[in-house]
Amino acid sequence: MNLLNRNRVNRNLVNRHARMVLAMLFVAALSTVAGSARAATLPIQQVTGASGIEAWLVEDHSLPIVTLRFAFAGGAALDAPGKEGTAAMTAALLDEGAGPHDGIAFHRQLDELAVELSFTAGHDEFNGSLRVLKLNLAPTAELLRLALMEPHFAAEPIERIRADTIAMLARQERNPRSLAGRLWMRDAFEHHPYGKNAAGSAATVAAVAHADFAGFASRQFQRSRLVIGAVGAVTAGELSALVDQVFGTLPQGDPPGDQPRRQTGGADVVISQANPPERGALIVSRTAVPQSAVTFGQAGPKRDDPDWYAALVLNEILGGGGFRGRLMKEIREKRGLAYGVSTELVPYRHAGLILGSVATENGRVAESIGLIRQEWQRMREEGPTEAELRDAQTYLTGSFPLGLDSTRRIAGLLVRMQVDRLGVDYLDRRAGLIGAVTLEEARAVARRLFDPTRLSFAVVGDPANLQPTRPAQDAPN
Amino acid sequence: MGLFVALVLLMSGANPPAQAQHFGAETFTLANGLQVVVLPNHRVQAVTQMVWYKTGAADDPRGKSGIAHFLEHLMFKGTEAYPPGEFTTQIAQIGGRDNAFTGADYTAYHETVARDRLGLVMRLEADRMTGLRLNDAVVLPERDVILEERRTRVDNDPAALLREQLMATLFQNGSYRIPTIGWEAEIRRLGTADALAFYRDWYAPNNAILIVAGDVETAEVRRLAEAEFGKLAARPVPARLRLDEPPHHAAIRIEMKHLRVAQPSWRRLYVAPSYRAGETKHAYALQVLAELLGGGTVSRLYTSLVLKDGLALSASADYGATALGLTAFAVHATPKAGVAVADLEAAIDAQLRRIVEEGVDADEVSRAQRRMRAASVYAQDSLTGPPNIVGAALAVGQSLAEIAAWPDRIGAVTPAEIDEAARAVLVERNSATGILLPERTS
Repeated sequence: MNLLNRNRVNRNLVNRHARMVLAMLFVAALSTVAGSARAATLPIQQVTGASGIEAWLVEDHSLPIVTLRFAFAGGAALDAPGKEGTAAMTAALLDEGAGPHDGIAFHRQLDELAVELSFTAGHDEFNGSLRVLKLNLAPTAELLRLALMEPHFAAEPIERIRADTIAMLARQERNPRSLAGRLWMRDAFEHHPYGKNAAGSAATVAAVAHADFAGFASRQFQRSRLVIGAVGAVTAGELSALVDQVFGTLPQGDPPGDQPRRQTGGADVVISQANPPERGALIVSRTAVPQSAVTFGQAGPKRDDPDWYAALVLNEILGGGGFRGRLMKEIREKRGLAYGVSTELVPYRHAGLILGSVATENGRVAESIGLIRQEWQRMREEGPTEAELRDAQTYLTGSFPLGLDSTRRIAGLLVRMQVDRLGVDYLDRRAGLIGAVTLEEARAVARRLFDPTRLSFAVVGDPANLQPTRPAQDAPN
Repeated sequence: MGLFVALVLLMSGANPPAQAQHFGAETFTLANGLQVVVLPNHRVQAVTQMVWYKTGAADDPRGKSGIAHFLEHLMFKGTEAYPPGEFTTQIAQIGGRDNAFTGADYTAYHETVARDRLGLVMRLEADRMTGLRLNDAVVLPERDVILEERRTRVDNDPAALLREQLMATLFQNGSYRIPTIGWEAEIRRLGTADALAFYRDWYAPNNAILIVAGDVETAEVRRLAEAEFGKLAARPVPARLRLDEPPHHAAIRIEMKHLRVAQPSWRRLYVAPSYRAGETKHAYALQVLAELLGGGTVSRLYTSLVLKDGLALSASADYGATALGLTAFAVHATPKAGVAVADLEAAIDAQLRRIVEEGVDADEVSRAQRRMRAASVYAQDSLTGPPNIVGAALAVGQSLAEIAAWPDRIGAVTPAEIDEAARAVLVERNSATGILLPERTS
């Protein structure tokens, strides 16, 4: 990226959904009834290697590229109390030396092969992503196997990544937007791992050591928790051999269906259901910036909730991306109170949320918050109109395949579909599931879902005319 | 990483052959001067349309900073044919996505839709190329939106404030001194008449490029473009003026202390040529230099400052040649806790001096070139990547042939050319250094 590009200014912040959700190669016209209502279908192959490990594959030989993405169930929420940051630092350390290669040699090899390799840890999953030129696939697979099976966790990289993590946490803490998000989560999940920063805190990151990373890798990298998605210039036969090579020597692990367990020092426990509080809060962290950053939200559906699709449509109507959402109209278009305002469904494995964000100058931020409460109430009382429902259904159906334009996005979708147990035929059913939401159902779900008394706000800035229900604590990691 | 064009090339880890193939751009120009480029991509049954205007924030009139970007927002506020909001509604109703962005040298509008809806989005873009209607009722709330945007992007972020001031300090006269979004006091005075004047000056078919990427054939694009854009008349547009720099006689240093800064950071900019301004012969060599010096974890700066000496948490270099005017070559680093900024700076200076005095070695050059060529393959792995690369390059006056030759030109850069470019650009008196420090509360 160059300096002038950084200075590019967009009309609208990139839709936050785009980050979570995904995209598609083949878009087939399903019906002409709704004009452009389309079903997204992909020719997904379920490939099983000699080892018994399964991967989902979408072949595409138009570019000499292969993308492999995978996830192990169980992530940062499993970090032991006082050792938060273990999973995230493990992710950062896997390519810092493995097998016969020290960290510098490992990076040098990745560079020679022009590989893009990354690992990340969320609260619920540990993810890996690999993009490679087809010709370099075989030697790259060996590097990936070494990273998972024989990582060094050597002293120098541990100290370097530790210092880097602590610096990153300090930056986050001084960034109004990320601090508002952190404060909201900590307030909502005070006694649950979801209330902790997945990256840890300065204190816990300082406490993590070699044995913690090695322990995380050996406990969590198990075949029974693994799902894999592959896209690109690779055949089913090639992929099954690849999967055997990379993942075939992983331990079988827990019986299928067993949940990952959290090490607490005493007995290991599974992660419990997390419930945001029944009473909405308004917390304010005072700091001298011209604009207040706000995170807001309340409990929402989990991914397997029968109301999921109704909630998805309602979220689009209230706070969806683009400019048609009610909040965007009221707050940005009519009053110029913010550059952007949006909401999204955030489905954790053990909790569901509907979360939004907005930023308004200190003197007017109370007005934005008032409008959000008002629209929350209006959605509860009136639900959507018939036209809003239809437009949102058309948008959600039509826009979905347009975003599936890269191997990474499609491979991400294949992983998500498996993690969420949506079924290999999900893409054939998705448009029907969204289209089947009736006005009556949408209104009933709106009445259950949107509850202004449970709606919480976390504000970072120097807002005028806001009375906090309780003060924000400092150092919210 | 600079801008590159996507090419198909076969390569192996050991020795990538310099075999490159044009990625299939076809082009024609309508009678009214609108250049049309088609980038076939049959992996997705969708199309991305982009309309690039050859004007941007560097064309903001004096005292009217931010007007190019403000107009970009206002282009969604309606025409005679489509009332305010209708543009986005029409596209959303077919599941499409649309947005726009403003840079120093260009302003672009884009939509992604199912391939059979190309005609509709062409009609909408053609309509607003000449048909914009504005009044204070829609303009003034949008000005508040832009002030909020400025607060979000810049005013709430000390690092962004320092970057803004560093650019304004480096360029004594050059066109990229002034931020794209504009200075707050000037934004507050912009109004409907300013936006319409800028629109009338610059928005015309002969000052635009239409790019269509996706599952389309050139014949169909030509038919639709002639029907929708062909009826618009060409108009004279002003020449784009990019100002030169006077000789610099002294290196510049600025230091900012701020309560919201967690850890120090260090940044240096050098005035540098682009594809179109200054010693343009260095443009390709500088891209390779930035890559070998500060691209990723195998670069000189990262391996020396972060891995070997343990002085820094991060270290990188940054240069883009796609600009009409003189631009900047940047080096950036953050010290590890407990390391004084002065010690970090001395180590970086030693590395830069080594490059200038001893030159680069052939092995690191070829490794950087290999990374850049691989990036040009990966760049094809999306629908919207290629039209973004091609549009930005064409908007600053690059030709399609130059864009297609990018991997070959990068691959042909020699160590001697990099040494010469480094000696020409990494000159202390042509630099500005910005240091960001935490303010300690007493």
